[in-house]
Amino acid sequence: MTVTDEVSTGSTGGPREVGSARRRKEDQRLITGRTKWTDNIQLPGMLHIAMVRSPFAHARITHIDTSAAKSAPNVVTVLTGQEVSEEQGVLANAWPITPDQVAPVHPPIAVDRVTFAGEVVAVVVARSAAEARDAAELVDVDYDELPAALDLKEAAEDKVLAHPDLGTNKSALWVFDSAEAGTGGAVDEAIDKARTDGIVLEREYRQQRLIPAFMEPRSVVVDPTGEQITMWSATQIPHILRYLLAATTGVSESKIRVIAPDVGGGFGGKLQSTPEEWITFLAARRTGRPVKYTETRSESLMAAHHGRDQWQRLTLAATKDGTVTGLKVDLLADLGSYVSLVGGGVPVLGAFMFNAIYKFPAYQFKVQTVLTNKAWTDAYRGAGRPEATFAIERLMDELAHELGVDPLEIREKNWIKHEEFPFTTVAGLEYDTGNYEQATAEAKRIFGYDELRAEQQRRREANDPVQLGIGVSTFTEMCGLAPSRVLGQLSYGAGGWEHASVRMLPTGKVEVITGASAHGQGHETAWSQIVADRLGVAFEDVEVLHGDTQISHKGLDTYGSRSLVVGGEALVKAADKVIEKARPIAAHLLEASVDDLEFKDGSFGVRGTDKGIAMADLAAAAFTGHNLPDGVEPTLDSDATYDPVNFSYPHGTHLCAVEIDTETGGLTMRKYTAVDDVGTIVNPLIVEGQLHGGLVQGIAQALFEEAVYDDSGTLVSASFVDYLVPTAADTISFDLGTSVTPSTTNSLGTKGVGEAGTIASTPAVVNAVVDALRPFGVSDVRMPCTPERIWKAIHTGGGTEPTEKDAMPHFDENDVADRTDGASA
Amino acid sequence: MTRINVTVDGASYSDDVEPRMLLVQYLRERLGKTGTVIGCDTSNCGACTVHLDGTSVKSCNVLAVQADGHEVTTVEGLATDGELHPVQQAFHENHALQCGFCTPGMIMQSIDLLKENADPSEEEIRLGLEGNLCRCTGYHNIVKAVQAAAGGSR
Ligand code: FES
Ligand code: FES
Repeated sequence: MTVTDEVSTGSTGGPREVGSARRRKEDQRLITGRTKWTDNIQLPGMLHIAMVRSPFAHARITHIDTSAAKSAPNVVTVLTGQEVSEEQGVLANAWPITPDQVAPVHPPIAVDRVTFAGEVVAVVVARSAAEARDAAELVDVDYDELPAALDLKEAAEDKVLAHPDLGTNKSALWVFDSAEAGTGGAVDEAIDKARTDGIVLEREYRQQRLIPAFMEPRSVVVDPTGEQITMWSATQIPHILRYLLAATTGVSESKIRVIAPDVGGGFGGKLQSTPEEWITFLAARRTGRPVKYTETRSESLMAAHHGRDQWQRLTLAATKDGTVTGLKVDLLADLGSYVSLVGGGVPVLGAFMFNAIYKFPAYQFKVQTVLTNKAWTDAYRGAGRPEATFAIERLMDELAHELGVDPLEIREKNWIKHEEFPFTTVAGLEYDTGNYEQATAEAKRIFGYDELRAEQQRRREANDPVQLGIGVSTFTEMCGLAPSRVLGQLSYGAGGWEHASVRMLPTGKVEVITGASAHGQGHETAWSQIVADRLGVAFEDVEVLHGDTQISHKGLDTYGSRSLVVGGEALVKAADKVIEKARPIAAHLLEASVDDLEFKDGSFGVRGTDKGIAMADLAAAAFTGHNLPDGVEPTLDSDATYDPVNFSYPHGTHLCAVEIDTETGGLTMRKYTAVDDVGTIVNPLIVEGQLHGGLVQGIAQALFEEAVYDDSGTLVSASFVDYLVPTAADTISFDLGTSVTPSTTNSLGTKGVGEAGTIASTPAVVNAVVDALRPFGVSDVRMPCTPERIWKAIHTGGGTEPTEKDAMPHFDENDVADRTDGASA
Repeated sequence: MTRINVTVDGASYSDDVEPRMLLVQYLRERLGKTGTVIGCDTSNCGACTVHLDGTSVKSCNVLAVQADGHEVTTVEGLATDGELHPVQQAFHENHALQCGFCTPGMIMQSIDLLKENADPSEEEIRLGLEGNLCRCTGYHNIVKAVQAAAGGSR
């Protein structure tokens, strides 16, 4: 990977840290086992929790007998929802997407009704985890089973109610229409026109339910001794968690300290305020003792939030030559049984991305969120944007197929040209920079696109039983969540700024405090690189602190590829303030005018002389305060809170080649090339790592993973035996390339990289699968594309499901004459 | 309670343990060897991998009593005199970890793999690590790290 010259490095002219492949600072303790996972914490007199969870998807709790459990050895207390209903607080939804959103109250411990299999009904607190688990077996719960709303489409018809008292399963209908918003034309007109004189594609796609499956199970410890109640939690969001604990339990925010120690992955799955956290908080306050809860993997898969789970109904209109003229999107999104923290906001985050990199003149998006009796859903890597990217990238392939042209050709015909930036899209976003031509050319080169297409042709002609498929995805995403004003317009409950502090220690070391909360991203390393450049100090001399609300008192945490784009900019601003604070002190000590000073390589020099003073000496001077100019504060420490002005828009071209054994349905991935433009690269090693991991998660959605419920609402895939997180043997090594157009929305020029791989790869893989099977008349394979589904698709000839028919009634049942038939092509 | 005598990372311990206590629980809860972690309850993830008499085992799949009289090495016992083990060094150099939760198990398994096969192909590495899940790295850099460690030891 390379970095362009446009990188801004502040005032230093020395060798740049930004752009260099620094090995990570955080590795040392992680590779030697000197780690601080929440579950490691042991405190004097600490108690342990085991949860009693509902085996039913929907049931009334008629009676709970806790007497046997209470008298079991070393059990301290057993809590039920009834007993604690007044004091347990509630779990909040921070993003009511419409003013009339229907949302059930979410108590941490179910009070009189359970709404999904896995919901907590009682809590055993004992002196050891084993004793708590043993006693949990003794809690006797009587249930009256109720009919459960399980299937998303049926739930949307209110046949069975997930919450009978609400009267409906429909939570909210959120609509964006470009004609109403003034950002484009009327989509129905575009579709009508295309019906008579163009191409209309109607498709229905399924986004299966996924599980984030971070490797560290969630764990929480609460210590109520001392002035503050301290919670350690395996969370992505210590700051938001603290706020919500205070807001819903009545404990003053200033009496709560939340610490996210080492956190073993999140991927959106730890962007939540959880029943388990509230319960542990409650148990600690009730008993006055430190309490720990660590979930088992089965509990994690069953009760930690899931992701995706949508039906997507799509209509794309185009002229006869393949110029897109309109896109209509209709989603059903499964919330599960409660509206989670972000909840319906997840599909709404996708609303602005279906039009992707293409110049649609008209666009309409609707999402109906629906309550069911399954685990709640929320953010999972990409959150809304993978769903959007999948839909549009599948459709662009269908359009290419319809016209008989190369899928890259149809994309190029419709995408925003590099000279057209900044470009305001039909969804109302302003894309600042990008170069789709460059990324695509580079990807084709690395991949050997033309050669592979020629090979595909040869194999098709030879009727080779092993067919080659080539999949394309030219994606963009919106990162850097988010401008607070935009969040306000969307009724989100908080802002999108980030905070940073730089403390200049008297010994010349630098402490950086960030409101972002890393859990594997490498912030310590990247933040050190940024500060080293900015202040001209050594990389090794920078210490990055985060994830403890008593140290990092202000922040909005880590998700949505926001940490570097928003948090990094806050850091740049704080560092620049340090330089400005140091300037009058330097002038005073050098007996020069401030105007004659220049800051370079970590020192102030007097222009035209060899006089100078280093930042470390200025920090020491501020510390002693012996000789400062009149009226100057004795400190260089600085803070900045930065609210982004725009999102950032990473993009890239991903190409995937798969080989499919048409006799068995077996699939082998042969090659995967990704050329991403994530703006300025601070650390290429970290960027590549984020891409690799992201790619495998996206590929896993395409090929392996699905959270499956049986007819009674029990999660079948509740262990790693059944939920197929890919192993090293399931994956390949990737070919990555870079194309850089620095973002103009922040001074480093970064765009964000955390979610790119996941967002782009799913459609690239499915497009490759479908491409391999086109000669068999296949136009779709539902995810995950298992060998069985592939085999069936080949042998039933045609899409595995006739998606066009499913999509049709949603739009215009009377007019089917001009429909192009992708399914039987 | 059963009395066991084990050597862990070079130090000997003598403890009374419940017969049902897993080796991983013994390491974490009794000895404070929290570098070794638990990622699942079905022996699928490999996060708990340690060496028992020099061979990798999933310590959630071994009872503490079964370790009686044996020698256990965890990730915490690999570095000698502040010198990282070559596989630890290779993980660092090749950015083969992100959150680091799978890393102790991955390193222990990789060492075992290289002991069996000093010069593995990419495919052999991938198959050899099949019992260890990582959700962060996509395995790409883990494979590279093992290759690098193999090259380095040649
Ligand atoms: S903890 Fe998962 S295999 Fe041992
Ligand atoms: S580094 Fe996070 S699970 Fe492997």
